[in-house]
Amino acid sequence: MTAPVKVYVSGDASALSVGADDVAQAMETMATQRNIELVVIRNGTRGMLWLEPLVEVETPAGRVAYGPVSLEDVPSLFDANFLRGGEHSLAHGLTEKIPYFARQERLTFERCGVIDPLDLDDYEACGGLTGLRKARSMAPSEIVDIVTQSGLRGRGGAGFPTGIKWKTAAEQKSEKKYICCNADEGDSGTFADRMLMEGDPYSLIEGMVIAALAVGADEGYIYLRSEYPHAAKVLRAAIKKWEAAGHSGQGADGAPAFKLHLRMGAGAYICGEESSMLESLEGKRGQVRAKPPIPAISGLFEKPTIINNVLSLATVPVILEKGADHYKHFGMGRSRGTQPFQLAGDIARGGLVEKAFGVTLDELVNDFGGGALSGKPIRAVQTGGPLGAYLPVSEFDVQMDYEALAERGAMLGHGGVVVFNNTVDMAQQARFAMEFCEIESCGKCTPCRTVQSIIGFSPRLRSRIICKPPFCMNA
Amino acid sequence: MAVLIDTTGKSEARAICVRFDNKPDALLEILHAVQKADGYLADGPLREIADALNISRAEIHGVVSFYHDYYRTPPAKHIIKLCRAEACQAVGSEDLASYAKSKIDIMDNGAGDAVPVGVADVYCLGNCALGPAAMVDDKLFARMTPEKLDAIVTVLIENRS
Repeated sequence: MTAPVKVYVSGDASALSVGADDVAQAMETMATQRNIELVVIRNGTRGMLWLEPLVEVETPAGRVAYGPVSLEDVPSLFDANFLRGGEHSLAHGLTEKIPYFARQERLTFERCGVIDPLDLDDYEACGGLTGLRKARSMAPSEIVDIVTQSGLRGRGGAGFPTGIKWKTAAEQKSEKKYICCNADEGDSGTFADRMLMEGDPYSLIEGMVIAALAVGADEGYIYLRSEYPHAAKVLRAAIKKWEAAGHSGQGADGAPAFKLHLRMGAGAYICGEESSMLESLEGKRGQVRAKPPIPAISGLFEKPTIINNVLSLATVPVILEKGADHYKHFGMGRSRGTQPFQLAGDIARGGLVEKAFGVTLDELVNDFGGGALSGKPIRAVQTGGPLGAYLPVSEFDVQMDYEALAERGAMLGHGGVVVFNNTVDMAQQARFAMEFCEIESCGKCTPCRTVQSIIGFSPRLRSRIICKPPFCMNA
Repeated sequence: MAVLIDTTGKSEARAICVRFDNKPDALLEILHAVQKADGYLADGPLREIADALNISRAEIHGVVSFYHDYYRTPPAKHIIKLCRAEACQAVGSEDLASYAKSKIDIMDNGAGDAVPVGVADVYCLGNCALGPAAMVDDKLFARMTPEKLDAIVTVLIENRS
């Protein structure tokens, strides 16, 4: 009796949106009909979203990929003996040899799409918990030092050195401190946080527990946007399993030493800004707070608070596991490590590309992305979300790192790359950016609150918003 | 006799507040839970929440009106959320939105009494590589076309209870 064949079909929201559930169901039904034993495992996504629903079959040589698989393809896959890696028009060979995947440098997303997201044994077998165990054997200041030495910077967009933030919070004398994870991923063209939370939620939780050890916190919040109901489901289950397994440590009363809560946002883009996120976590309108004091000194409920993006926190375990030097070795200049870039918009091969800083925009859009899906010439690429910039094709040689993009008047933001073809009306995009600012304004500062009204009142001004290269509108 | 404060509604608001230990910082969660139970946030439940959390109704009004997710009037039974953000614009979400709005009884933000299907604008559903994206009752859709939209609407109307 041979062991049943393992088949992986992603349970990521993006994969579900193109029918992964139906495909998984059909695989099981057909296997029963043909008397074949197989186990369908719902993993996260590998990030090759244009191939979703991607079906992977475990073979002695590794996982063999088939995609995009539709319901109609399922019988022919069985006929082609895909459970032994048989040839088929949808076959792509070994998943890890697909150039899009093979050319990446996966650190933060090492396990995403590989493991069953909620299986703690799987997680541990693939390197999970190693970082946390190391952290437990260290002094808090040593943890902070390693994070500082790794050069990790805030992946939410601001790029502030994570270690320095942690050091500030660690130095505060307070009986209560908080770790807050900003999962209010609102920039268009970004989905890395969602992908990680759905595909490898334990790495985020592990990162938060390590942060708590480093600064002496005993409570934490994940602030998740309400547009991600699927991620919420996965996170809720993950937190429960994690705490039940005792990985948050045990306090004196048997309760977890680090108590983690999941809080949902309510559809406000501004809450991705850290101080308005704190207001929202306190049950108030998400209006920005004046700084100083910075949250590391006085944050949630006026206690010292670490606020980090999902990706920053989820990268901490691998830094602890493999060492600061290993992480620092990737990247260029002052941007160390890797950045998960997200290719979106009119792009043939959209998805997630985790690459060391320094990759050019051209490599991302053309080599990885394969140009525009529509086949039309590309006019511009938006980086850094609605408040970022549009870069024309003439700027495609820019190396993607915090400083190099800033030099060109653009920004990296959360790593989103949105491709527009030549039918785009750049003036309209500029007007949209301002409309968006006004719709999503919290009302505190004048520029985004009123810019649209000023333009709205003046047709002359309205007609004069014509973008000239480099289409920059970093306000 | 005039009823000054209507707390006789069937809302579970008070029980929901207890579930969250009557903590004011859980207000967003409480509002989500009440809206899930009642469909929208009526005056009665909001008064009960204010009372339970010991905060003013004005404060609650401030919060409810700030966030896009909350409805003060009964919304359509099903709301098709269409992404209107840049990545979806790049693949034709604007044309799709005009089509949707010409086809479906549109209420602002999907709100409309007893309307089976409404359309609402959202800005990013995190499906940016496979746009235009849409979400219906927490289910995510990709590569939306007018035909797909029609099919979704047909199913929603047929299944309405």
